[in-house]
Amino acid sequence: MIKSNLRITVFLTLALFLSGHLVAGGKLIGTSGVTQMEGSGGGGMVPWATLSGYDTRDEQSATSFFSYVQVDDFSMKAYGAAFSFYDRLELSLAHQVFNAQDSQLQLSQNIVGAKVKLIGDLIYNSFPQLSLGAQYKSAQHHDVLETLGAGNNKGLDIYLAATKAWLDGPFHRNLVVNLTLRLTKANQLGLQGFGGDKSNNYRAEFETSLGLFLNRHWVVGAEYRQKPNNLSSLKEDDWYNIFLVYIPTKDIAITSAFVELGRLAGLSRQTGGYISIQTSF
Amino acid sequence: MQTLKVISLPIILGMTLLINACQSVTTKDDSLYHELGGKEGISRFVDVFIYEIGETEQVLHYFEDTNIQRFREKQIEHVCLLSGGPCDYTGDEMIPVHEGMNITESDFNAIANAMIRALDKVNISLSARNQLLAIVASMRHEVLYK
Repeated sequence: MIKSNLRITVFLTLALFLSGHLVAGGKLIGTSGVTQMEGSGGGGMVPWATLSGYDTRDEQSATSFFSYVQVDDFSMKAYGAAFSFYDRLELSLAHQVFNAQDSQLQLSQNIVGAKVKLIGDLIYNSFPQLSLGAQYKSAQHHDVLETLGAGNNKGLDIYLAATKAWLDGPFHRNLVVNLTLRLTKANQLGLQGFGGDKSNNYRAEFETSLGLFLNRHWVVGAEYRQKPNNLSSLKEDDWYNIFLVYIPTKDIAITSAFVELGRLAGLSRQTGGYISIQTSF
Repeated sequence: MQTLKVISLPIILGMTLLINACQSVTTKDDSLYHELGGKEGISRFVDVFIYEIGETEQVLHYFEDTNIQRFREKQIEHVCLLSGGPCDYTGDEMIPVHEGMNITESDFNAIANAMIRALDKVNISLSARNQLLAIVASMRHEVLYK
């Protein structure tokens, strides 16, 4: 735990140090997306093919994020930072902490992510932007995970994301659509370990996001994330959200959402709110 | 409380249908030309656009040898034609005129931002703005890194 916090501190310090040496990204406002809850560039729940910063092919950028979810019986916070290089490679680090209110159960994990843009362009191609990404997750509280019946404390998610924006979409507004296919064993993002008694194999899960730019600064949309269900003791459901993003400048983006997380950690259907702040350097 | 599921699925499906619908949009009609305020509106926009380019230090060096009067004239013609208006474009072709400039992605976006600010200042509607930007974006490959 101390080790992981130290690692994140080092990473953030490095981010701040580097940010002084970075040129402000040359992409158009809103085109970098935000940071999803596992630290990768994307929507709120879903990683996209876009990279986290405003860097073009001649630039580099850094972002940091803090997200907070509050549903009926638990809360989760996530924070981290990401670098992206020449609109090609994104490296990210995130930490998530889950707290159940009644049982005082706490779960947490570290996530190291990497994403490579393969082909295409979000806006300027008829073909969508395609990226391949990975999230290496390391869950803590091993005794709890063992009790739950998780197969492993560590896991690797691999995803392929396709994202496309139309400048002149419905109602002559900008529209962004994302489809992601994820290979994963993670139980509840990995906070409850990886694999279990029902299945210990990789499964392909489908995730999608849609966002409509009301103008250059406000985006509304919805997301869906399919989830595995590896533990017979703890049912896991697919996730949904409806979001509103405010992007006043390229330096900051504020995301709020209504989330539906289904059954989680033995708790009945969980719904509530999500807030996330992303800053770009 | 399955409301979110109930709400978000139709949104996703509905928008997917809309994407298909808007792919068939053509610019043959002159509605955008009229939304931009015709020749007069376009001239007003181009004047502010040139002013905004002048405020964008990052790209100024590209315009060192530009005859601004001619640039203005050809811009008006071009926007008029692209928006479906009754004009001929008598200016340079996009690819040869940008050759040797090696315009970067960031430079292109800086000009796009100047254009957005200009459209904003002359009170062009968001709908017309997005239509025009979509047309300009489609010509980006003729301009970049030449």
